[in-house]
Amino acid sequence: MKTHIIPAIRLTVACLVLLAVAYPLALWAVAQLAPNKGEGFLIEANGNKYYSNIGQAMNDTNYFMSRPSAVDYDASGSGASNKGPSNEEYLQELESRIQAFMAINPGVERNQIPADMITASGSGLDPHISVAGAKVQIPRIAKERNLALDTLEELVNKHIESPLWGMFGPKKVHVLKLNLALDALSSMKGGQHAN
Amino acid sequence: MNTEILGVLFMFLFTIALGIPLGRYIARVYLGERTMFDRIFKPIDQFIYKLSGIDPMKEMTWKENLTALLTINLFWLFLTMAVLMGQHLLPLNPDGNPGMSADLALNTAISFVVNCNLQHYSGESGLSYIGQFMLMFLQFVSAGVGMAAAAMVFKAFRDKTTKTLGNFYQFFIKSCTRILLPLSFIIATILIFQGTPMTFEGKDQMVTLAGDTVDVSRGPAAGFIAIKHVGTNGGGFFGVNSNHPFENPTFISNIAEMFAQFVIPIAMVFAFGFYIRKRKFAYVVFAVMTVGFLCLAIPNVHMEMAGNPAIDRLGVNQDLGAMEGKDIRIGSGAAGFWSIVTTVISTGSVNSMHDSTMALSGMNEMLAMMINAFFGGCGVGILNYFIFIILAVFISGLMVGRTPEFMGKKVEAKEMKIAMLIAFLHPFIILTGTALAAAFPGYGEATLNNPGFHGFSEMLYEYTSAAANNGSGFEGLGDNTPWWNISTGIVLLFGRFLPIIGPVAIAGILAGKKYIPDSAGTLKTDTYTFGFMVLAVIALVAALSFFPALTLGPIAEYFTLR
Repeated sequence: MKTHIIPAIRLTVACLVLLAVAYPLALWAVAQLAPNKGEGFLIEANGNKYYSNIGQAMNDTNYFMSRPSAVDYDASGSGASNKGPSNEEYLQELESRIQAFMAINPGVERNQIPADMITASGSGLDPHISVAGAKVQIPRIAKERNLALDTLEELVNKHIESPLWGMFGPKKVHVLKLNLALDALSSMKGGQHAN
Repeated sequence: MNTEILGVLFMFLFTIALGIPLGRYIARVYLGERTMFDRIFKPIDQFIYKLSGIDPMKEMTWKENLTALLTINLFWLFLTMAVLMGQHLLPLNPDGNPGMSADLALNTAISFVVNCNLQHYSGESGLSYIGQFMLMFLQFVSAGVGMAAAAMVFKAFRDKTTKTLGNFYQFFIKSCTRILLPLSFIIATILIFQGTPMTFEGKDQMVTLAGDTVDVSRGPAAGFIAIKHVGTNGGGFFGVNSNHPFENPTFISNIAEMFAQFVIPIAMVFAFGFYIRKRKFAYVVFAVMTVGFLCLAIPNVHMEMAGNPAIDRLGVNQDLGAMEGKDIRIGSGAAGFWSIVTTVISTGSVNSMHDSTMALSGMNEMLAMMINAFFGGCGVGILNYFIFIILAVFISGLMVGRTPEFMGKKVEAKEMKIAMLIAFLHPFIILTGTALAAAFPGYGEATLNNPGFHGFSEMLYEYTSAAANNGSGFEGLGDNTPWWNISTGIVLLFGRFLPIIGPVAIAGILAGKKYIPDSAGTLKTDTYTFGFMVLAVIALVAALSFFPALTLGPIAEYFTLR
């Protein structure tokens, strides 16, 4: 063993230089070419900047709501509920989420609520909702903002992000982009909620 | 056809298609043949040899090679513990994170040295950037060690009779510089342009549309995430791993990370065939592994896309599948597929929360780690499979009444003893650990996140993951306690080094034996019949050892759910 100790230490130093110093620095240099210099993609609107990949809590009923989150969209950390599929307490919580969802979306039936609107995401920071999750909220928004159902349907359809190359993965809707467009639409129509 | 299923198919076929040429390249690297990248890598290698005073051409016996391997691992262990416990005294800590407690540092150091990446801390608040870089360094070198060990076994079966198995240092350095580093660099670049941060700035504040102020964690994540997959390590930069929208921002990044973790384990199988000039042997191994893999993966994709029957009864629409613990941009199909890829190979990164997957999906994830030989981790996967080959050779030898032989070498009592020991070690440490945790509710039950059968699964999963050096978890488990840190730390050490020492020792002993040319009575190991035999042995060992425990956990939960 003794004969291998000195080479081990020297080899570790050499590898540290290559793998823990040169490698990240080279990547950092590459990142300077990327949008926002590799500090996370931004959406800028109304003089404000938002991280586009990080979901936001949306509890106002006149906006499209995000999914439930185990960490309440606190992006200093991240987390999921980790509830097992058979956990009774968890299933009761889901039931109360369904009740709450129907209460703020009058007229919506149980079987119209898509699973993503009552289950917490893996990251707790999911920036997207499903297409069905956006559409089921249209009647509520229409009423709150005095907008026509057709107009909102069109707005949501315009914000459906199709699968990768039209072939791979799920369809989705980016909640923040949709809500920003919603605000723009309201202010154009002179609605009262355009703040 | 459903785009989610198409996405899964594409990932799988794309990876296999690139795995074959990569396998040829890996074989050439270990053989020392010319490759097109020599001009870049040769000077780097030479520089490292010079700096560390190593003679890469010195042939060593299997014992010398293993001593070198274990010595350097021991040194990394101490060095990492020191860095983690003292990270608050070191620079590059913009978020002011504290040093780790001794038991947590021990667990983390062991778990990254052994290529497991069980994480009992959360990246955002538990590590400084120096700490992250130290762990990133280990993600490279632990994968390099696994690949070097596999290369030694390759060497043993190329030559007819040999006392030496090449040079550990040379295999190790080449693995790092010529395979892991360039692949990681490419993957990291893709991730950066998909939106993964690579910055040394600390947390940033943003004011949301609703007017709340939120801190957003960032950091040099892209480099870390690339090697976490390429080296089948799996330790995430952020707490929720590849669920995090920074770690895995798009479906493209999901494909890139899936490819990154899957391609080397596939390529190593082909590399073995190219290296020992027995391609058909590699195809048979590949076929067996693929069959085993699909038997686990297809049900999981199906079950996750079908959704939770208990939620069905609540009456909501489950067209999206089981969405608890899954993000929309990934979807339930890709999440179900990933849950098996990450567990058959020893990555352990997650893009959905395994704790919230369906009962039998959870069982398949555990079975994948209990078998641990379908593709398997960087290098070590093929070593685990090698043990099952030796067992199958012995059993088939007995069945036809001949001395068992493998690649022209007699398999005798000593090799069999080692193989049996390694094969039984895995169930032994998993089941003993789980039994102890279940026997002391103060240490085990008190840390659970779910009651009943699922709670038992949480404990079983944790030890299985540790023994298989996987690193994923049923993350609801409150695992940052001295009990979990120390007990899984011990399981990790056994689960890593014995399955490296065993196969290398067997290979070393076999290599030194006289070569017996094939005759009409030789048991052919490159036929599909023999492949089926290996699969049967794997199923038998897994079934006999683990089904009683699985019955208490996921299987019982399944019957309460339906």
